[in-house]
Amino acid sequence: MSNAAMLEIRDLEAWYGESHVLHGVSLDIHPGEVVTLLGRNGAGKTSTLRSMMGLVGRRSGSIKFEGRETIALRSDLIARAGIAYCPEERGIFASLDVTENLMLPPVIAPGGLGLDEIYTLFPNLKERARSPGTKLSGGEQQMLAIARILRTGARLLLLDEPSEGLAPVIVQQIGAMIREIKQRGFTVLLVEQNFRFAQTVADRHYVMEHGRVVDMVPNEQLASSLDRLHEYLGV
Amino acid sequence: MIENLLFELEMAAPQVILGLVNGAFYALLSLGLAIIFGMLNVINFAHGAQFMMGAFVAWMLLAWAGIPYWGALVLAPLIVGAFGVVIERTMIARLYKLDHLYGLLLTFGLALIIEGVFRNAFGASGLPYAPPAAFNALNVDIAIMFLPGYRVWVVIASLLVCLATWLVIEKTKIGAYLRAATERPELVQAFGINVPRMMTLTYGAGVALAAFAGVLAAPIYSVNPAMGANFIITVFAVVVIGGMGSIMGSVVTGFGLGLIEGLARVVYPEASATVVFVIMAIVLLTRPAGLFGRG
Repeated sequence: MSNAAMLEIRDLEAWYGESHVLHGVSLDIHPGEVVTLLGRNGAGKTSTLRSMMGLVGRRSGSIKFEGRETIALRSDLIARAGIAYCPEERGIFASLDVTENLMLPPVIAPGGLGLDEIYTLFPNLKERARSPGTKLSGGEQQMLAIARILRTGARLLLLDEPSEGLAPVIVQQIGAMIREIKQRGFTVLLVEQNFRFAQTVADRHYVMEHGRVVDMVPNEQLASSLDRLHEYLGV
Repeated sequence: MIENLLFELEMAAPQVILGLVNGAFYALLSLGLAIIFGMLNVINFAHGAQFMMGAFVAWMLLAWAGIPYWGALVLAPLIVGAFGVVIERTMIARLYKLDHLYGLLLTFGLALIIEGVFRNAFGASGLPYAPPAAFNALNVDIAIMFLPGYRVWVVIASLLVCLATWLVIEKTKIGAYLRAATERPELVQAFGINVPRMMTLTYGAGVALAAFAGVLAAPIYSVNPAMGANFIITVFAVVVIGGMGSIMGSVVTGFGLGLIEGLARVVYPEASATVVFVIMAIVLLTRPAGLFGRG
């Protein structure tokens, strides 16, 4: 692990209109890591990702990506800096077919996966190329939502609950896919409620509560920290 | 018997053609409205005024700069479109976070101001704008009627522009951005696309379509400040019937209603002015999203 963090968040606060959703989030991610944000519903996990992308009403604090401050940037410029976002509801466009959905995010830097590689990783997407995006199954839509951000050359991927609502066998596929993209050098910040899934893919886990990061558990210490985690997550 | 039929055809054909020509304008205007509404969520009440501006700019180009019809057909939409870009940047862009109603009120106010300015400057009586003589070669003189070539051109030009617009939106990358941004602008922007700039250009393009229709209309109707206001009420009915924001719906409904109006003038002339609104009422009651509307 290199010393310089790829992403450095300090004292991040965020608001949706009047409601204050993040109360000082701080965390670091190093290049090539897979890191999760764990926590109950409403702990601020999704809001942290949305704040990083500039999708909340107002935010303060510091988000440094590769040494560059992004807290005041517009969301298209944040994307162009090299961060790609896969939202919880997947964001597949109904009026676009599968290929159009896949090709939608513009390539922002060299180093993304080529179409051939994407079709090797996700053969279904090739078979269904002309179907409207939202006619795919939930699992296929999730694959499509992740596949399209692998193309762009973004180095940091933000994945919001990719396992949510999917059958166990599909969740295993998603897990295998995340390990595969880690192998290829992508850095991933993953929001999860399901820490059994999270521990199969991640290097470290941040735990969030009430809009703050309250703990950090390296994956190798997960087994010995189960009691603590159960308390945080209320499972 | 046959003479009788010929006589009836002679009566009906001009009305049907007139209906098609009107339909060509309905289609172009409602297409621009649909594109603007889809992307910006703004009901562009200034559309009729921008149509009128297209006709006036064509007239000015000819009278003041000696630029003929074909030049105006390209330049006037660019000039009026650029005016639209300025309006969007300076005014409409401030209203996106508010209710639809504010955009409607703003553009309605703009329409009144623009029409007032033109009435002050040019009077209300209208200015002549002759179609290029080249169109006389297109004149059709068949057994049942005389068909001015210029009107044939209007229908063809409208169809071509509608088709080209549809192709751009449905088959190109830019169109894919537009469709995606119509669904979820926030997410498209988070993929690295400058959505505010896209909205500005979309408004400019919609306004340019209105101005293009205005240039087409200049040789048919006298160029006058109220020419847009006369059209726009029917065009809004067309948009409601076709389904707000549907591209194909605007085009098909535009031509279809023009034809229906024309036929009504033959069958029951008293209804020709109201038939579109009767259809609108029926569609609103049975399919509130419009014939081609989603959801």
